Amino acid sequence: MKKNNEVWVFIEQHDGKAADVSFELLSKGRKLAQSLNGKLKAVIIGHKIKELAKETFRYGAVEALVIDHPDLEYYQTLAYSKIINDLVTQYQPRIVLFGATFVGRDLAPRIASYTKSGLTADCTDLQISDVTYLRKEYKNLLLQIRPAFGGNIIATIISPDSLVQMATVREGVMERIPLETPVNGKIVEIPFEPDDALKLVKVIERHREEKKVNLKAAPIIVAGGYGMGSKEGFQLLYELADVIGGEVAGSRAAVDAGFISPDRQVGQTGVTVRPKLYIACGISGAIQHRAGMQESQKIIAINIDPEAPIFDICHYGIVGDVKEVIPTFIEIYKHKLR
Amino acid sequence: MSYRSIVMVKQVPDTANISGEVMRPDGTVNRAKLPAIFNPEDKVALELALRVKEKYGGKVTAITMGPPKASEVLRESLYMGADEVYLISDRKFAGADTLATSYVLSEAIKKIGEYDLIFAGRQAIDGDTAQVGPQTAEKLGIPQVTYVEEIQNISKNKIRVRRRIDGGYEILECQLPILMTVIKEAAEPRPFRATKVMAYKNAKSLLELEKMAETNSLFYIDNLKEEYISNGLYIPTLTMEELQLDPARCGIIGSPTKVLKVESVVLAGGEHEIIEPTKKGISQLIDKLREDRIFG
Repeated sequence: MKKNNEVWVFIEQHDGKAADVSFELLSKGRKLAQSLNGKLKAVIIGHKIKELAKETFRYGAVEALVIDHPDLEYYQTLAYSKIINDLVTQYQPRIVLFGATFVGRDLAPRIASYTKSGLTADCTDLQISDVTYLRKEYKNLLLQIRPAFGGNIIATIISPDSLVQMATVREGVMERIPLETPVNGKIVEIPFEPDDALKLVKVIERHREEKKVNLKAAPIIVAGGYGMGSKEGFQLLYELADVIGGEVAGSRAAVDAGFISPDRQVGQTGVTVRPKLYIACGISGAIQHRAGMQESQKIIAINIDPEAPIFDICHYGIVGDVKEVIPTFIEIYKHKLR
Repeated sequence: MSYRSIVMVKQVPDTANISGEVMRPDGTVNRAKLPAIFNPEDKVALELALRVKEKYGGKVTAITMGPPKASEVLRESLYMGADEVYLISDRKFAGADTLATSYVLSEAIKKIGEYDLIFAGRQAIDGDTAQVGPQTAEKLGIPQVTYVEEIQNISKNKIRVRRRIDGGYEILECQLPILMTVIKEAAEPRPFRATKVMAYKNAKSLLELEKMAETNSLFYIDNLKEEYISNGLYIPTLTMEELQLDPARCGIIGSPTKVLKVESVVLAGGEHEIIEPTKKGISQLIDKLREDRIFG
């Protein structure tokens, strides 16, 4: 089997527009490809996606594999996975990255299964390194780093004997870094033959709105955890956010408890944010949560439990009851900045 | 028209409720101390399968791959109303990643027989990978629908479902057979039925019967097994040999992903300024943030 050092990024598109995570992955993929001394390639499936293909050159893709067909306008499991299965089998890239989105999480495991590749979900970091595993030496493996098991450990996963190493990454985890001058990349068009076997699932109706909440762009985030106690408890956070001009977010525990909607979840399985100010209210600070906010410029933690791990990464810590601290905060803020 | 459903369920450590005594002094988790529970979204999957049976007729089979103690989720499946259950268990399955797991599950499903619908939870709370469902579908050569939030109707050999997508939903019409992974919003799992609990609380898998035979010299395994089968309390157990599996594709050997290392989380030192929860303290904090140009 020929071995190459290519890094592929699956570009997820909706109506011809790439998902943010795809550009973030290209930015990371560029670094991985440099370490491997290999090429970064973008794989784009859809219809009328030439412009999008060119955009990937701004992030360092030297080649865009484009599969353009009217039948492929929207994501479908069978057709998309068939295309990528065939491409991966034929070209054997060293690494394939997917966004851990609804699409990526449907698609990536199907491809990993077909190609018998190792796949690690929701990585928070990716690195290239030589590895000794069970007394065998491996050159330039992909280290797939993710918090695991209740978040008390960070696991480094490898796929040492897998020809193709695959990983998914949540939106916002990797930084989006466009090049100053785009690469003079090449568009490679790959034909697609429609096939009835790929049409076992038909879309009857599709309803999709652009995301209403954009946590990543918010300069201030007021986040609540399980410690807020209830959905009503979160009202305090909306009031605070309203007064200081921020967005409201929640920890996974708060989302699971139904205090706040999943599109506002910050953390390993939610969004990663880097705001100017992050106010963590009633959040204990499990590693999965910290993974999604610890690069915030300033962090205020408010928690009744002085031992909560959130205090280890905050800049300002307030040990107290959120239900008292927040109203005081609002009152004084209004007084000072009205 | 009736439909045969297979539901893939998993016993998982209750990672959502990690209490103090589960933590080791070095900050790692003592897995053995965590209570084991029925993976929440798998229970929702079972609920949907039971509703399909109630509406259209058919049969519901619950299967799990895991150690002998995973029989507990199979008993619980019986308590909810599953018609039959299988434990898929072998020491050689230990350490399986999602690829090796989906290989074993897909082979077990082929062995169990004909099916129209396969259900699973979207993901298990101990890994959150959401990979086993799609990988099993791929190995069975059937389509999948992930993130299912509603089954609208089934007629002849077609099912119409609503699934969640990024920023909205899709309604799909799919040819059967199909594998679906369901999200927790899809249904509220029914409570156990008292009559079923009484009927099945003593149901045992082969591995559990072997343990009974080992610890009590009055029991002979063959007699025990016969007795449990005739009482309808035997949980069939599928092993690697029974499924005629390729050992190179099972357990840790068959898993392409390996754990290179795990590290306890080292906290960043904890250098932070303590703000008193008083008016004065909070007032000073707001001043600092104004100086930093975060406010104002």
